[in-house]
Amino acid sequence: MNIHEYQGKSILKSYGVAIQEGIVAETSDEAVQAAKDLQAQTGTGWWVIKAQIHAGGRGKGGGVKLAKSLEDVKTTADQILGMTLVTPQTGPEGKLVRKVLIAQDVYYPGPEKTQEFYMSVLLNRQTGRNVIIYTTEGGMDIEEVAHNHPEKILNEEVDPRVGLQGFQARKIAYNLGLSGNANKEMVKFVMNLYKAYDAIDASQFEINPVLKTSDSKIIAVDAKVNLDENGLYRHADILAMRDVTEEDPTEVEAGEFNLNYVKLDGNIGCMVNGAGLAMATMDIIKHAGGEPANFLDVGGTADAARVEQAFRIILRDENVKAILINIFGGIVRCDRVAQGIVDAYKNMGSVRVPIIVRLQGTNAKEAKDIIDASGLRVKSVILLQEAADSVKEVLA
Amino acid sequence: MSVLVNKDSRIIVQGFTGTEGTFHASQMIEYGTNVVGGVTPGKGGSQHLDRPVFNTVQDAVTATKANVSIIFVPPAFAADAIMEAADAGIAVIVCITEGIPVKDMIVAKEYLNGKNVRLIGPNCPGIITPNEAKVGIMPGFVFKKGRIGIVSKSGTLTYEAADQVVKAGMGVSTAIGIGGDPIIGTTTLEAVKLLMEDPETDGIVMIGEIGGNLEADAARWIKVNGTKPVVGFIAGQTAPPGRRMGHAGAIVGGAEDTAAAKMKIMGECGIHVVASPAIIGKTMAEVMNVTTA
Repeated sequence: MNIHEYQGKSILKSYGVAIQEGIVAETSDEAVQAAKDLQAQTGTGWWVIKAQIHAGGRGKGGGVKLAKSLEDVKTTADQILGMTLVTPQTGPEGKLVRKVLIAQDVYYPGPEKTQEFYMSVLLNRQTGRNVIIYTTEGGMDIEEVAHNHPEKILNEEVDPRVGLQGFQARKIAYNLGLSGNANKEMVKFVMNLYKAYDAIDASQFEINPVLKTSDSKIIAVDAKVNLDENGLYRHADILAMRDVTEEDPTEVEAGEFNLNYVKLDGNIGCMVNGAGLAMATMDIIKHAGGEPANFLDVGGTADAARVEQAFRIILRDENVKAILINIFGGIVRCDRVAQGIVDAYKNMGSVRVPIIVRLQGTNAKEAKDIIDASGLRVKSVILLQEAADSVKEVLA
Repeated sequence: MSVLVNKDSRIIVQGFTGTEGTFHASQMIEYGTNVVGGVTPGKGGSQHLDRPVFNTVQDAVTATKANVSIIFVPPAFAADAIMEAADAGIAVIVCITEGIPVKDMIVAKEYLNGKNVRLIGPNCPGIITPNEAKVGIMPGFVFKKGRIGIVSKSGTLTYEAADQVVKAGMGVSTAIGIGGDPIIGTTTLEAVKLLMEDPETDGIVMIGEIGGNLEADAARWIKVNGTKPVVGFIAGQTAPPGRRMGHAGAIVGGAEDTAAAKMKIMGECGIHVVASPAIIGKTMAEVMNVTTA
């Protein structure tokens, strides 16, 4: 699960991680009030207006702007709120901005030069351990750094038996070239950041940039916080931060019916049991000359109610020209699934596109008989290759 | 000889009396698997499916000499169940449970480190050695006995591969479902190694998916050490980056874990890579010089 920057920062702060302070606003009037409150609280003279959407690269799309007066705050907030922000991560359709974060200006002048670093925490799948990845090259696209200067990306792995140790945090601080107070601040920053990561069942933290201010403070200027969905049952407070307006509404609805659905841009819908077979079915569609319109795993119980719901969800996508249902019946019997498909089809009255059903496994022949005898606009096949050929025919 | 489980395996079921445990244990017993008992804390001393129930894995091992355990415990308690089995000296632990928090698996994996134990899964369909033992949730009838080993991250795709192998005139020696989570006990490489060393296996089907680098690791090992032909397929060639495709581990993070990148590496390492999952069986038959019926 993803959460907004302002939510991620509030979590980090609660674990003692120093952050760029800010107040979230949904209207330009709220933004002005937030700016005044923030001035009283932090003494900031300028403000940064940051669009709150679940995607990175916001600055590039014009979603992060500096305001030097309260009037500026109002006009800038007005401009950003309600805009459709297109960034390299949103896709061409962009995302509607519903909230802005009014944040303090942290690049104020002072005795020292400011410096930007990059830091992330995530699982190293090869070792099964968490790792802190960091570099002095902050504030820019980390993929670019990895490509151009791989030697500048350092990492520190955490031994799960003892957790992150102080010497590791010191190593990071020194490797980032920090001394004096900034060094101590960085040690504290790293220790608390990892403590937060571990405590909330996070799956990724990305802090870019981590800023050394002109008065040697170390603070998180941005915070990308992703959570491990399997661990969310332990964190009701974080689950409450879920913003469904940031998600595809159809995917949200599918989730309520325990259907695992991801919308894609293609023309052939699919309904499959099992995630691996679902991905393989998408690949089959591609090889047959189509493009998959979705990923949909109906899970182990493909009964009439679920099949009907899946039908409705797939058909909401107007690009869908045909639906391929691919069920490998193991524990779930194919004849039951076939009956479910027939019942769902009849319940819906009419389905506007042809349907190809491939049922294999337990009672596959009986299943084919049920489909063939139904008189519906449904083509029934048994082999995966036949399913691929049928997709080709539909597209021809 | 066979890989990991056979007719002599002594199997217990953790989460024995729950809905899932009961259903699948019944199926396993019906298949002829040597299920010697089960564990459900609080129900020790009772009988379930005509087999003894124990409070702890330790009790079960002491009483039944069990050496294999299959876990159907809910996600919040599954990592604990894995560690309990390891502590009791179980040699092969198969964890079916889906949805275990990564944080719990980090601990469980570390706990197993250095112990003489093999974990399969979690979030996997289990292991089957046809006609001997089904330690999993797969439909047993699909897996006809033969000499092709299968390694796969996915459940239904494993059944699909087995079905194609059988229809192409061959059969399965052992199929190992390693699971689709970010942290799993046995990697593709380790499973492939087991099958390479198995005298009852002549060829291997290796099925992977997007995310991680398990398939690339296995491919590089096969290039140097492989002694048997391998047919490979990667699911998710059409998956968009950054989106999780059902399995928690099935997400394209960087350039190296896309289907295309994995297929390229596998091909360069001498694996017979199929782009379409519909021709896994056919390709294996060609490689093995089997004439399709």
